[in-house]
Amino acid sequence: MRDGALKRRALGAWALGGLAAATGAWAAPSGAVKITFAELYKSRTVMGMAFSDRTLQLAGKPVAIAGYMAPPLKAESNFFVLTRQPVSICPFCSSDADWPLDIVVVYLSGTVETLQDGSPINVIGTLQVGSSVDAATGFVSQLRVADARVQPL
Amino acid sequence: MALCLSLGSMVHAAAIYPIDRAAILAGSKFDFKVEFDQVVQAQDITLTVNGGDAKKILGATPKLISNEDGLNASSLILRDVILAKPGSYTLVASAPGQRLEVTWEVYPTGPRKAKNVILFIGDGMTIANRTAARILSKGIKEGKYFGKLSFDDMPNMALVGTSGVDSIITDSANSMSAYTTGHKSSVNALGVYVSRAKDNFDHPKVETITEIVKRKTDMAVGIVSDAEIEDATPAGMVAHTRRRSEKAVIAEQLFLSRADVIMGGGSAYFLPQSVPGSKRKDSNNFIDLFKFDGFEFATTDQEMKDAAAKPKTTKLLGLYHPENMDGALDRYFLHKNTVEQFPNQPDLTDMTRAAIQVLSRNKNGFVLMVEAGLIDKFNHPLDWERSVYDTIMLSNAVQVAKDFAAKHHDTLILVTPDHTHGASIVGTIDDSKPGPDMRNKVGVYEDAGYPNYPAANKDGYPESVDVSKRLAFFYGNTPDYYETYQPKLDGTFVPAIKLSKDGPYVANPAYKDLPGAVLRVGNLPQSADTGTHTADDGLLTAMGPGSERIHGFIDNTEVFRTMVDALGLAPVSTKADLRKSKK
Repeated sequence: MRDGALKRRALGAWALGGLAAATGAWAAPSGAVKITFAELYKSRTVMGMAFSDRTLQLAGKPVAIAGYMAPPLKAESNFFVLTRQPVSICPFCSSDADWPLDIVVVYLSGTVETLQDGSPINVIGTLQVGSSVDAATGFVSQLRVADARVQPL
Repeated sequence: MALCLSLGSMVHAAAIYPIDRAAILAGSKFDFKVEFDQVVQAQDITLTVNGGDAKKILGATPKLISNEDGLNASSLILRDVILAKPGSYTLVASAPGQRLEVTWEVYPTGPRKAKNVILFIGDGMTIANRTAARILSKGIKEGKYFGKLSFDDMPNMALVGTSGVDSIITDSANSMSAYTTGHKSSVNALGVYVSRAKDNFDHPKVETITEIVKRKTDMAVGIVSDAEIEDATPAGMVAHTRRRSEKAVIAEQLFLSRADVIMGGGSAYFLPQSVPGSKRKDSNNFIDLFKFDGFEFATTDQEMKDAAAKPKTTKLLGLYHPENMDGALDRYFLHKNTVEQFPNQPDLTDMTRAAIQVLSRNKNGFVLMVEAGLIDKFNHPLDWERSVYDTIMLSNAVQVAKDFAAKHHDTLILVTPDHTHGASIVGTIDDSKPGPDMRNKVGVYEDAGYPNYPAANKDGYPESVDVSKRLAFFYGNTPDYYETYQPKLDGTFVPAIKLSKDGPYVANPAYKDLPGAVLRVGNLPQSADTGTHTADDGLLTAMGPGSERIHGFIDNTEVFRTMVDALGLAPVSTKADLRKSKK
């Protein structure tokens, strides 16, 4: 635990968030528009889910979204999955577990190694909308935040 | 070296599939596999059937896999074996230092006596489900009920043993496989014997009733459930996989099965991965594929009824929810879970009616499986009211089949659980009893009296479960949870959750502060988030031609035998064979 703490301080003091969600009165950095998980999709039917008008308007623009980091595929990944609620079963680890349908895949400039999964975080970056397959892993996503940086909540 | 199958499957233990004491329908297909526990050479293997050359009986020489999946052990495999001649078959496989032996019974059937077979699965429907459903739905006074559930008066009844190859406790996958193939399987597996093959789709297969019917007859097949249509029970009608979780492939196997009516939840596995909400990992659009194949497609109750009513409809795909559908208590009364988001879900009663309407257009008859899948999905999280309301719904659905059978006497109907749960009714909970502790409001013996649910409406449902004197319905096998002694009016109970990714399941703190809530420490392992299946016998009832076989205690594989016998799928042709078939 100690080594990890030192590493985190050396990289600019990522604080370890507690498990309690603290979404309160956090203001997005200027330029990035705040969007929440609840706003991402406008409907869910037998034939699938539809992006909300807000999501479509923010495609390609800087956004800020709060959520939980799911256990990463590998510690050195440059991407992780952001979920609305903490994920208790690691879908990458078990083929029986499904990802929630409203996940957002976050591509970082650096790696995820130093982040504590399960803590509430804010992700700031460029929103990408639409189905895409990750070239390296084959992971499919509907929504992504690219060139992202992460702030603890 | 003697073969010890009772040890269960270890990675390198030698085995023959099908296993010892397998009962095989004459003329049905199966994969034959021998697993040696070391590398052997072809010239050192002897394989005999009833003491004679195996190749003559099996139809071909099994292929030798010298080193299976890098395990330093050899296997023999021969796929799609058919044994047409009824009788006892003893297989001996010998290699240096080991000898494996199994005996199979290959059985014929009598002549066809049923035109149609309808198999109802009340998933996880344990005896307490039936009793509570009868109390709530029919009413009881001074010890006598005012009516019976639709399956209560069927003339034939049996206790059913549900255990599988690997365990006394089954899940819905291998228990359904026993009904649909007549072969035992292992937990999580469908339509295969679990071998040491690494690939989920490489295990020795056995033929499903859907495949047999489609191969040997021109009958129609229907698969209906209120769970995801790729879930274990409906999947059991068509699937071959070591893992029930292979739902995307199961959706494909449903399409390839040529079943004529396929209806339920689980649309997420029919949508291509590009569509938000899809759970597929490829670009296949199965809804389009079914439509191109001539299926009518329905996504609501009204669309289902309209499609079924059209005289030209002989193929119908109905997908009414991306995941599991909602149960009767929510759809009619509480409006929780996803009912507001999906307000047009059909009831299983109407799904049964629509399926029969379409399937009965086939003059050659039909096999229909209808599952009330949520009885189990509500028993697991200890939400008994929701589970019992869906038991009442099953009674309504079975009534539709009985009404059909009254006009079509050549219809065999079976109603059974696949496995049971650890639930019982112990008395009543009376809010007017004095004191703050809920447990002292549980009335037992003479203090139980009778509950005060309102009389059931015309569909058999009391319009409120939130009454002051309700059934004390408890589960004996639980994780840690908070017992509230109350119905869960805000949504399905979530008894236990993980507070940390690697931690145990603990009592869900969301219920901790409800009035009267008490922590009940569980007796299940801390890896269990809900209640679990039990080994208690299931209760099966049956009526119609072929139901005479149902009595006493039967193994669950006998349900398959009853269906194929009623349909005459391996009729005897000689007097000698007739003598054998009278067993």
